[in-house]
Amino acid sequence: MSGLGDPGSARALRLIAPLAVGLIFLTIWQGVVWYDEIPPYILPGPLLVMETLWTDGPSLLGSLWVTLRITAAAFVTASVLGGAIAVLFAQSRVFEVSFFPYAVALQVTPVVAIAPLIIIWVRDDTFLALLICAWIVAFFPVVANTTLGLNSADRNLAALFRLYGASRWQTLRYLRLPTALPLFLAGMRISGGLALVGSVVAEFVAETGGTETGLASRILEAGYRLQIPRQMAALVLLSFTGIAVFFLLERLSRWLLSHWHESALPGDE
Amino acid sequence: MLDATPPLISLAGVRKEFRNGTLALDRVDLAVERGTFLSVLGPSGCGKSTLLRIIAGLAEPSGGRISGIEALRGQVSFVFQEPTLMPWATVWDNVYLPLRLAGAARAPVENRIAETIGAVGLEGFEHSYPRELSGGMRMRVSIARALVTSPALLLLDEPFAALDEITRFKLNEDLLVLWQRQHWTVIFVTHSVFESVFLSNRVVVMSPRPGRVVADVPIDLAYPREGALRTAADYAALCRRLSSLLAEAME
Repeated sequence: MSGLGDPGSARALRLIAPLAVGLIFLTIWQGVVWYDEIPPYILPGPLLVMETLWTDGPSLLGSLWVTLRITAAAFVTASVLGGAIAVLFAQSRVFEVSFFPYAVALQVTPVVAIAPLIIIWVRDDTFLALLICAWIVAFFPVVANTTLGLNSADRNLAALFRLYGASRWQTLRYLRLPTALPLFLAGMRISGGLALVGSVVAEFVAETGGTETGLASRILEAGYRLQIPRQMAALVLLSFTGIAVFFLLERLSRWLLSHWHESALPGDE
Repeated sequence: MLDATPPLISLAGVRKEFRNGTLALDRVDLAVERGTFLSVLGPSGCGKSTLLRIIAGLAEPSGGRISGIEALRGQVSFVFQEPTLMPWATVWDNVYLPLRLAGAARAPVENRIAETIGAVGLEGFEHSYPRELSGGMRMRVSIARALVTSPALLLLDEPFAALDEITRFKLNEDLLVLWQRQHWTVIFVTHSVFESVFLSNRVVVMSPRPGRVVADVPIDLAYPREGALRTAADYAALCRRLSSLLAEAME
């Protein structure tokens, strides 16, 4: 493609193009709100949302912190346990065929449907209840991706490992785990976003009160009180968090794979 | 060949039938003396790769006897048609792999790895990743990995087939230099008449599926062999003879 040749301009494009799209969208939105004189309790303009974000920001940050903690805990347990489950699957075919359908079942059950049950069962600890809900949403991509990765080791390399009398552990450590790393990281990237979604959705269902509540509670409250600008400010905060989580994980992935994997290499020189 | 010492490995009536019923090898008899550079020449699909995998112990024969490979356990190296390197590991770590799997720590084998990498002409590239190397250099890494264990038997499965001719010739010559220095026993699978004559002191010709040994030709050209040999008359004569044997086998 012409004009994208040197890496500097390619990087600038990656930054400028989405910003331009966003700016155009916001301008149209603000224009429509002004032109049609839409009242802020139906659709506030982006300027008002930003203003609310500025004034209400500090009070929302506490809730964001709660949501972030649940998300991070769910994400870390999803990555660690998801990876561990995948390794168990890869080590034992019997184990895999016995448990994989249940992992799928857990994945396809809408979290909205099981969250109320989990919240009843784990009554005393809301944090734990929300964590479990978010985990259920987040763990499957890691399991599925990592299992696929562990099973895609190069056949000839695997033959070579056998020829040199490699133990099961050596084959796992030096062949299957490195092969699975890119897919594990891809799973983690999906799982990071899902952990956030899971923790918000679970909190919506839980409708927990009190001070130690996350952004979902703020969004609900603001909705009940027709504080739509505040509701949207909370939403904006949430999407920025999601974007930040995604790019952070992408960075991590690129850094870990920088030497060898196609996905992390710069484009054609 | 009249020789008091028993062959390094020998196959008698080896048969290989795949699960789908394809008969890949049938009644293969082959004895390989220690120190031989043997080429197995045959059309693609004649089961020569399968034969090599059976000798390596990577595949089980469906019938027949193989003797000698048990005693060679741990002393066999294999080079595939593709370089088959670990893309996440440096040249050094790729060459270190067989030693690592044998339980060797890094420090004690450093000299050995440096020597092997030097022997295949890759000094200075120890810390490169496979992706940063050309096809020929990757194949050199693959050969270094096979040689680092000082194998008694080196098995090569069309290792240079995917390379351009200039690179292939250069690697042929470099491989011969190494072989003359070390004198491992080599079984080299190829579909190239020229390559088989240039490299080996014995060529067996295999028939198309089901593969059988149909001709066994000693190549009595003197070593060291260099690029000039490729235009010599006796080389051409042997190539012509093997070509016609191969053509006969194809009928």
